Amino acid sequence: MPHLENMVLCRESQVSTLQSLFGERHHFSFPSIFIYGHTASGKTYVTQTLLKSLELPHVFVNCVECFTLRLLLEQILNKLNHLSSSEGECSTQITCETFNDFVRLFKQITKAESLKDQTVYIVLDKAEYLRDMEANLLPGFLRLQELTDRNVTVIFLSEIVWEKFRPNTGCFEPFVLYFPDYSIGNLQKILSHDHPPEYSADFYAAYINILLGVFYTVCRDLKELRHLAVLNFPKYCEPVVKGEASERDTRKLWRNIEPHLKKAMQTVYLREISSSQWEKLQKDDTDPGQLKGLSAYTQVELPYYSKFILIAAYLASYNPARTDRRFFLKHHGKIKKTNFLKKHEKITSLVTLQLLTLVGHDDQLDGPKYKCTVSLDFIRAIARTVNFDIIKYLYDFL
Amino acid sequence: MLRKVRHLIELLKRTAIHGESNSVLIIGPRGSGKTMLINHALKELMEVEEMSENVLQVHLNGLLQINDKIALKEITRQLNLENVVGDKVFGSFAENLSFLLEALKKGDRTSSCPVIFILDEFDLFAHHKNQTLLYNLFDISQSAQTPVAVIGLTCRLDILELLEKRVKSRFSHRQIHLMNSFGFPQYLKIFKEQLSLPAVFPGKIFAEKWNENVQMLALNRVTPSHPFMTAADLMEANQLCSMDSKANIVHGLSVLEICLIIAMKHLNDIYEEEPFNFQMVYNEFQKFVQRKAHSVYNFEKPVVMKNNAVETVSVFP
Repeated sequence: MPHLENMVLCRESQVSTLQSLFGERHHFSFPSIFIYGHTASGKTYVTQTLLKSLELPHVFVNCVECFTLRLLLEQILNKLNHLSSSEGECSTQITCETFNDFVRLFKQITKAESLKDQTVYIVLDKAEYLRDMEANLLPGFLRLQELTDRNVTVIFLSEIVWEKFRPNTGCFEPFVLYFPDYSIGNLQKILSHDHPPEYSADFYAAYINILLGVFYTVCRDLKELRHLAVLNFPKYCEPVVKGEASERDTRKLWRNIEPHLKKAMQTVYLREISSSQWEKLQKDDTDPGQLKGLSAYTQVELPYYSKFILIAAYLASYNPARTDRRFFLKHHGKIKKTNFLKKHEKITSLVTLQLLTLVGHDDQLDGPKYKCTVSLDFIRAIARTVNFDIIKYLYDFL
Repeated sequence: MLRKVRHLIELLKRTAIHGESNSVLIIGPRGSGKTMLINHALKELMEVEEMSENVLQVHLNGLLQINDKIALKEITRQLNLENVVGDKVFGSFAENLSFLLEALKKGDRTSSCPVIFILDEFDLFAHHKNQTLLYNLFDISQSAQTPVAVIGLTCRLDILELLEKRVKSRFSHRQIHLMNSFGFPQYLKIFKEQLSLPAVFPGKIFAEKWNENVQMLALNRVTPSHPFMTAADLMEANQLCSMDSKANIVHGLSVLEICLIIAMKHLNDIYEEEPFNFQMVYNEFQKFVQRKAHSVYNFEKPVVMKNNAVETVSVFP
């Protein structure tokens, strides 16, 4: 299929394996096919494109969307019903509560004229979630051809390997197909495919080359890389647009874009700032050092005594009780006694900020007990602002 | 195998013709031919005229009927007694089942239609509450009510240990074991037989050429443009079947993810099966990077953390 090769790049061997498995329309295919591969390796895309372009009757269901048995089975039956009924016919919603009913209703629906002599395909995307549903679901789907005595094939798409799926007492083994990760050459080819028409393919290919050079060791996810490619392209083109460099001036373009991409790794890649903020930043050309990322918002400005209360709470929470003597005997008199009311207010405000949480029952007579819930990095930052070396007082660091 | 088929058919005939109740378990690993055996036996049985008129079959499967209530409904449905039952409410499972079997009695009330119950995935029925379905079925097969044959198919060799005492005592302890211990030459013979086209195949010349080319496994490569299997297909299919899936997944990880996995393995080796968290893994990674600072770029902690959140890393125990 010539146009199929244009739609689906770098997956010729998998497409041909699938095509030969499907065979002729009326032939029985292998009862279940298990396709696994990393995220963004094209499993969903290839399966959907192939089934659509060959116009085979199929039902596509996502197991994350249909997280209960009932949702899953009803969606399959209703979509199948929709396929088999003619245009304009508005059929009622089918309800199905158990797998037994599903098999019975499935047999009824596939008697319809339009589905009778061809293989019906049921594709279950994110199939790893099937393992958390009822125990009979996975073995049942693997054997659906035998249980329903119809021409049906179930295709499982998953990121987890088949060995983790196999039930304890065994089951019908599906045909396992691996979608290998894209090599760097393949990634280059696919990313270069969506180059904007204003620039030449070579220009864009050089840009992709640089992008992959920076990000390939960290991330090979096609979706992430495409997103980054689209976001950073305007910055790359900037010198050409401004007239400072020509399209072929690779060195200059590289020097311009490289620190920018490194900064992108800290910010956009981590979703610290949104893509729209990033684009705005590029347009305004401000110094990216002033970026206030999401993690900055977790820093909280606390009043002086509150910081000490927090540090004390942290030490009390994380040091075992018997070591208190060792740390605090010398400094017995140093902690000032503040007004009691103020201390209580400060504690409640820390609880509101969720830096402390209430532990134990409300009705404990000898005062409420609190626990400190901040991370080590956070408390170190706070302690630094009041010149208190907290590491000296922590048991775990002795 | 043929002997076993004969044995089973004999058993079924005794129920169908002589009205003798029986129970048998067919035990064998996955793919050893249990379902094939019973289907073959039933087909041969039904070829006899008087059998197909009298004998009723009920096919139950442990994967489909996951509790006894559903199983009972399914039995009612398969015996075509839904109208007879109507809206009746029964006190117990036994009552319901005996009502169904009563309803099968012929007009003169003397004899009843023999029923063959086939229970696939038999071990799953043993997990139902109180094993009521199994108890009642075996009970009926021991009492003289209705001639029934209860045939269970299971892959578990220890199936008898799963049964309760009262159920086990009512079972006839008749077992058919399907343990295929073929040697390689026998496998070769079987495959050649399976893949050769029968003499009645249309297109005689094609059939002859085909039989010449018969080899193992590579059947899926046959398309109208590629009608014969070749040795290359065989090698490719072998490679496909014997792929190490975990090795494949590791191949697809980025360099950073692989470093993290190496760090985790290192921790696992040092601390012998104790659990570890992200901070420990990150510290290991830092140590590794410091030693080889010139070749690996040191990534900031959040970048490392983002990669760790990927589910693929959780694939590895």
